[in-house]
Amino acid sequence: MRFLLSRAAFYLFTAWAAITINFFLPRMMKGDPISAYLAKNQGQISPEAIASLRTLFGLDTERTLLEQYIDYWGLLFSGDLGRSFSKGLAPVTEVIASALPWTVGLVGIATVLSFFLGTAAGAIIGWRRGSRADLVVPFATFFSTVPYFWMGLIAIAFFSTALGWFPASHAYDKGTQPGFTWEFISQVIAHGFLPALTIVVSSLGGWILGMRNMMITVLDEDYVTVAQAKGLTTRRVLGAYAARNAVLPQLSSFALSLGFIVGGTLVMELVFSYPGVGKLLLDATTAKDYPLMQGLFLVITLTVLVANILADVAYAALDPRTRQVEA
Amino acid sequence: MTSDILLSVADFSVVYDVEPPVEAVREVSFTLRRGEILGLAGESGCGKTTLAYGIQRLLKPPAVITGGSALFHDESGDVVDLTRLDAEQTRRFRWDKISMVFQGAMNALNPVLPIGAQLGDVFTTHRPDLGRRERIEQCAALLDLVGVGRDRLRSYAHELSGGMRQRVMIAMALALKPQLMIMDEPTTALDVLVQREILLQISELRKAFGFSVIFITHDLPLLLEISDRIAIMRAGRIVELDTASQLYRDPQHDYTRKLLASFPSLTGERGDFVRGERAAS
Repeated sequence: MRFLLSRAAFYLFTAWAAITINFFLPRMMKGDPISAYLAKNQGQISPEAIASLRTLFGLDTERTLLEQYIDYWGLLFSGDLGRSFSKGLAPVTEVIASALPWTVGLVGIATVLSFFLGTAAGAIIGWRRGSRADLVVPFATFFSTVPYFWMGLIAIAFFSTALGWFPASHAYDKGTQPGFTWEFISQVIAHGFLPALTIVVSSLGGWILGMRNMMITVLDEDYVTVAQAKGLTTRRVLGAYAARNAVLPQLSSFALSLGFIVGGTLVMELVFSYPGVGKLLLDATTAKDYPLMQGLFLVITLTVLVANILADVAYAALDPRTRQVEA
Repeated sequence: MTSDILLSVADFSVVYDVEPPVEAVREVSFTLRRGEILGLAGESGCGKTTLAYGIQRLLKPPAVITGGSALFHDESGDVVDLTRLDAEQTRRFRWDKISMVFQGAMNALNPVLPIGAQLGDVFTTHRPDLGRRERIEQCAALLDLVGVGRDRLRSYAHELSGGMRQRVMIAMALALKPQLMIMDEPTTALDVLVQREILLQISELRKAFGFSVIFITHDLPLLLEISDRIAIMRAGRIVELDTASQLYRDPQHDYTRKLLASFPSLTGERGDFVRGERAAS
């Protein structure tokens, strides 16, 4: 309990620091793209939108810095991140909300799947070290060293263009109404299959290798020998003694990769024209859409934080030694 | 009718199949009587641990048992050749008949499972009929028996001292009332006082339960004190095997004499470790 409280305090502080940096960054920028934009589009933007943009980008210089800071927090809590210039002045929160589920859904499922598959495979390969199972490792590493965009293009050329099994781009067919219909859901799965497959194939090697190496280290530990001397079944020794300890370092890498789900899938989304956050960030950057960029940075920072919290909780649940709070 | 012999090892050889091959245990033969404490002494690397692991079939590649037999004379009268059991039979046999207390108590316990669970899985594997409540009660009783206390059931290894961990390991070794307990330097990592307490405990438990012990250590004075008979190992062979007092008073082999001479006594010079003569004089 005390452990969880101290971790919670730490994360609250980190979140506060991230948001505060997000507040100061535009105020330290040279030049003033926002007022230029506002001047150019006078009359089209509502007065409230202008007020929130001025607060977000530090144009309200007639107020003190402290007042600006308080206004900024007020905006965040009311869920107002300004208007996106490049998306027809739609609220930034809405623009992000329309892209986030695609990225989190597709990349999230692919990452979790890859972690579990890779870790399980690594555990078994490590357990049978020196056997033919070791042959999996060079193949898996080969696929993770291949540049991702190249693998994506090959996958499209092969499975989509040549075989026609899966559509090559977008999240669903044009003209389909999103909704809880079988037609829509099956389209989402068909469109998501290739991107998910390429993500799993390219990241699997890392998980297999990491887990296999940890297994080999752990198998030399005394407690594994003791477990075997106790006459426990192979399954019990492998699961509760060897893999249970070997998986702990994997968790930290898993937390990192969860954090990268939102921010780090630009290439996949470009190759497959997938309407996710990575593509949105690229669009915002090329269009110099500062409100959208700032909103995305905030969301990405917060997801990394949330991923870390999850990893911490998982770690505490699986490793009793971390539960101790240092005095 | 059960014989007086519990374990008879004949021509037991183990080779580490590396380049060049290492003959770690060479044609070792000995017998162990029921209820006896057999000490196994020798310098580091002489093959003591390999021999013990070999009997329990715990060796991993590149170690290979190249010959010999290890006959276990069960209480029931059955005679089992440990070198001929298949994997599943070996698994069932282990701990039930021969349990072990390991060197390096520090990491013999799984750091992420409570010790209660580690005691418990011995029962779930070997006594699957035992109910959950009975199992927990047995584990608690074992911890009480070795003086760790039942309130430690939910503790993790890092919450216990080195001495307590070794007691937990002894409790674990006692769990199924085995006929033989192999102790591989069980007290090496502990300070002298804790070492003494644990040795006392082992000998009391042995009196109570009547199991045999193979006690492996390089600490010959300790063996002289606790063993019925002592085997001296060197370079994979048993060079001398005799009762503790005989070995102490009248060592036959040069190496045994050298070993005895290498321990200083508390009060005298090196090589003065000769309590018998001191008492006699």
